[in-house]
Amino acid sequence: MSKSIQIKKGLDIKLKGRPENKLSSVEVKHYALKPTDFNGVTPKMLVNVGDKVKAGTIVYFDKTRENLKFASPVSGTVTEVIRGEKRKMLEIRIEADGANESINFGKEDPNTMSREQIINRLLESGCWPMLIQRPYGVIANPQDEPKAIHVSAFDSAPLAVDLDFAMEGQGVAFQAGIDTLKKLTKGKVHLNIHKNETKSKVFLDAKGVEINQFSGPHPAGLVGIQIAHIDPINKGDIVWTIDPQSVVIIGRLFTDGVYNSEKVVALAGSEVKNPQYYKLKVGANISSLQNNIVDGAVRYISGNVLTGTQIEKGGYLSFYHQSLTVIPEGKYYSFLGWLVPSPKKHSFYRTALSWLTPNKEYRLDTNLNGGERAFVVTGAIEKVFPMDIYLIPLLKSVMINDIDKMEQLGIYEIIEEDIALCEYISTSKINMQNLLRQGLNSMYAEMS
Amino acid sequence: MKPIRNILDSIKPHVQKGGKFHAFHSFYDAIETLFFVPNHVTTKGSHIRDGVDMKRTMFMVVLAMVPALLFGMWNVGNLHFQANGVTDFTLMEAFWYGFLKVLPLIIVSYAVGLGIEIAFAQGRGHEVNEGFFVSGMLIPLVLPVTTPLWMVALAVAFAVIFGKEVFGGTGMNIVNPALLARAFLFFAYPAYLSGDSVWIAQSADAISGATPLAVLTAGQHLDLSVMGMLIGNYAGSIGESSTIAILIGAAFLLYTGVASWKVMFSFFIGGFSMALLLNGLASSFPENAYLALPAYQHLLIGGFAFGGVFMITDPVSATQTETGKWIYGFLAGFIAIIVRVLNPAYPEGVMLAILFMNVFAPLIDHYVIEANIKRRLKRVAIAK
Repeated sequence: MSKSIQIKKGLDIKLKGRPENKLSSVEVKHYALKPTDFNGVTPKMLVNVGDKVKAGTIVYFDKTRENLKFASPVSGTVTEVIRGEKRKMLEIRIEADGANESINFGKEDPNTMSREQIINRLLESGCWPMLIQRPYGVIANPQDEPKAIHVSAFDSAPLAVDLDFAMEGQGVAFQAGIDTLKKLTKGKVHLNIHKNETKSKVFLDAKGVEINQFSGPHPAGLVGIQIAHIDPINKGDIVWTIDPQSVVIIGRLFTDGVYNSEKVVALAGSEVKNPQYYKLKVGANISSLQNNIVDGAVRYISGNVLTGTQIEKGGYLSFYHQSLTVIPEGKYYSFLGWLVPSPKKHSFYRTALSWLTPNKEYRLDTNLNGGERAFVVTGAIEKVFPMDIYLIPLLKSVMINDIDKMEQLGIYEIIEEDIALCEYISTSKINMQNLLRQGLNSMYAEMS
Repeated sequence: MKPIRNILDSIKPHVQKGGKFHAFHSFYDAIETLFFVPNHVTTKGSHIRDGVDMKRTMFMVVLAMVPALLFGMWNVGNLHFQANGVTDFTLMEAFWYGFLKVLPLIIVSYAVGLGIEIAFAQGRGHEVNEGFFVSGMLIPLVLPVTTPLWMVALAVAFAVIFGKEVFGGTGMNIVNPALLARAFLFFAYPAYLSGDSVWIAQSADAISGATPLAVLTAGQHLDLSVMGMLIGNYAGSIGESSTIAILIGAAFLLYTGVASWKVMFSFFIGGFSMALLLNGLASSFPENAYLALPAYQHLLIGGFAFGGVFMITDPVSATQTETGKWIYGFLAGFIAIIVRVLNPAYPEGVMLAILFMNVFAPLIDHYVIEANIKRRLKRVAIAK
C-alpha cells in the first residue's frame, strides 16, 4: 500500500543561484574515475596508462570485493594515474577521443532475463556501483538480496536538482531500469515522490513500483529519511537505494545495450553566472563549465553544499553526484561577528535574525562561523532530524568506538547525508558527518 | 577594527608554535576570537555552516541576566539607604551605590574563572570555551552582596576546577558550576550565605532586612505582598529577588530558544504541585509557616524563579533528551519545595534540588535512551 507522509522536522536553506530549467550540452575532453567516490573500495587497475578504452571498458576493480568493477564512461586513452599519500589511487584520467565507441552488451528486455544474468550484466558494465547498500552506505553486495529498493524521485537539498526536468524524455529507459531493479529484490521497489511538486509522467506512470508521497522541508527528499518512514531498517536488514538518473543509466544498458552514463547535471550556486543544467557523463572534467563561473576565491563542490565533495578548479565530477555547486570561500575575519548578527549569514536559531526573512536567498560562504566546541546546546538537532534516533549519544558512542552501543542506537539506519542538516546547525561546529563515517567504517570492518 | 587586526596579527607569530610566548597562545586565542570570528573554513562535511556559534549562544544567556543584574544593583543601594534611614535618594544614587558594590564581585568572578579556564585550555591545547561567560555572571548573582571577595575567588576556583575542568571542561561537567560555587560557600561558610545574620546591619556599610525565606524558616508570618514579591525590593542574593526582572530574562531565553521551555515549564509545575500538596498539611502543623504559604507564592520568593530560569536550563548539566527534560525539570521543582518547606536546616531548597537532579540527569537520560533501544529491538520482532 502506498503511503503519504508529511515530514515536519527539517530546514530549507534558500541559497542564491538556483538552476534555471535550461539544458545545454558542452564538449568534455577529459574524464576521471575516482576510487575515493566509494566507501571501502581498494582499487586495482585492469588497464595501463596509454591503453585504449571504450565506454563500458572496465578500468579497475575492488581488491576486497573483486566482482565490483568500474568502467570508463567514454572511449579514449588512459592518460594518467594520480596518486596521493601512501600511493593511494585518487584519479584515473582518461582523454576522450570523440569517437563515442561503446562496448555492446546487447539490447535485451530485463523482464525476460534471470536475476543472475541481470546481476552479471550490471557488474560487467560498471553500472553495479550505482546501487548503494544500507547499512553503511557502501556499494551493494551482489550476493545479497535486499529487503526493498528505494528510489527518491525528488531532491530537497539546498539548490536542489529538479528531477522532473532532468527526467524529461527518459521514460522508456527509466521504466527499463525499474524493471531491472524489480528483478533484484523479492520485496518492493519504492518510488518516493513529492506530494505536490512531482508532476513528471516518468515518475507518476512508472509501473511495478510502490509510489509513496512525501512533503515537507529538507530532508524530506533524502532516501534514508524516507526509508525510516516507510519501512525502517532493522538490525540485520539490507536495503538498497539508487537515484533516478542512475536508474535511467541502468535502463539504457538494456534498451540500448551500452553503458551511457550521461546525466543532467545542475551547475548551481551564487558564484555561477547563469545557473542551469548540462548534459554530462560520470567523471566529466568541469573546466568546460568554467566560463559560466565567476573568478575569484570560490569553492567547487561536486554535489550539494551539505553533502558534496570539494574538488579542485578544473576537477572532475564524482560518480554519484548530479550537481556542481560553486560558492565563495570564507577565509576572512569578521570583527565581532559573533556579537553583531550579519544580514548575510543564515541561521536556524532565533538568536540571529535570519528567521525574520524566511524567503530571502543567501550567498553563504564556507566560513565555519566559529570555533569547534564540545556538544553543549541540546534540543536543536532534534528539530531538523526526523528520525527516532538519539544522534548525540550515537555520535558519542562513535567517539569512544563502542560498536555495540552504535548498533543499539541505530547507526545502521543512517548515513552521512541524513545528518548533514544537524551538522549545519550545530553551534559546536563538530564535523558530524565525518564522525558518523568513522563509526560506519568501524562497524563495517567489524561485520565483514 | 583594522588597527585591532593589525595588532593581533603582529602578536600572532610570537604565540604560535615555536614562538617565544607560546605559553600564552590560549590567552591570545581567547582575545583574538573575542574580537574576530576566525577565518576558519569548513574542511569536512557540510560546506556551509550556521551563522550562530557557541559564543553568541552563551552571550544570549548573559544578556538575559542583565535585567536581574541591573535590578539587583539598584536594590543593593535601595536597601542600603533604607537601612540608614535615608529616604530621599534618587534611583541613580541607589543604582550607583549598588553598581560599585556588585562590580567587584563580577570582576573577581570573571578574572579568576577565565584565568583558570585559559590555563586549562593552554594545557590541553583546546580553544577557550565560552561556558564561563555564563557561569561568571551567574555566580555573583546568586551570592549576597556582602560576600567577601576572597570567598568569591575561592568559590569560583573550586567550581571551575572541581566542577568542570576535572571532567574535561565545558560540555562535560556533571553539575552546574555556578551552583557548585554557591554550594561550596554555603557549606564552607554558612554564616555568610544564609540564615538571619547575613543582612543585618553591622556597620554603616551594610544592608538590612532579613530575607523572606529566613522569616518563614523562623516560623514568622511573612509580611510581604505579592506585588512586593514580583518587584523584589527586599533582601536576597543580588539577582534572585525580582521575579519580574527574571521573567524578562525568561521571555528572552524562550523567544530565542536558547533555554528549553520544557525544563523551565516543568520546573515551575513541579514546584507548584509540591507546594499545593504541602498546603494540605498546613492546618496540622501550624508552627511551620512555610506550609501555609500559598503555592504560587513559593514560585515568587527566594531563588525559585532564578533557579528555574537560569540554573536548571543549563543544557550541559540538564538531561540531554527531550523526554528526559520533562522529568528532570519536574523533579527538580518538586524537590526544591520539599527541601525548602520540610527541612528546617535549609531555608532554601532550590540550589540543593538542582544540584541533586544534575547528578541524576544522566540516569534519566540513560532510561530514555534505553527505551529507544528497546523500541528499535521490538521493531525487529514485529517485522519477523
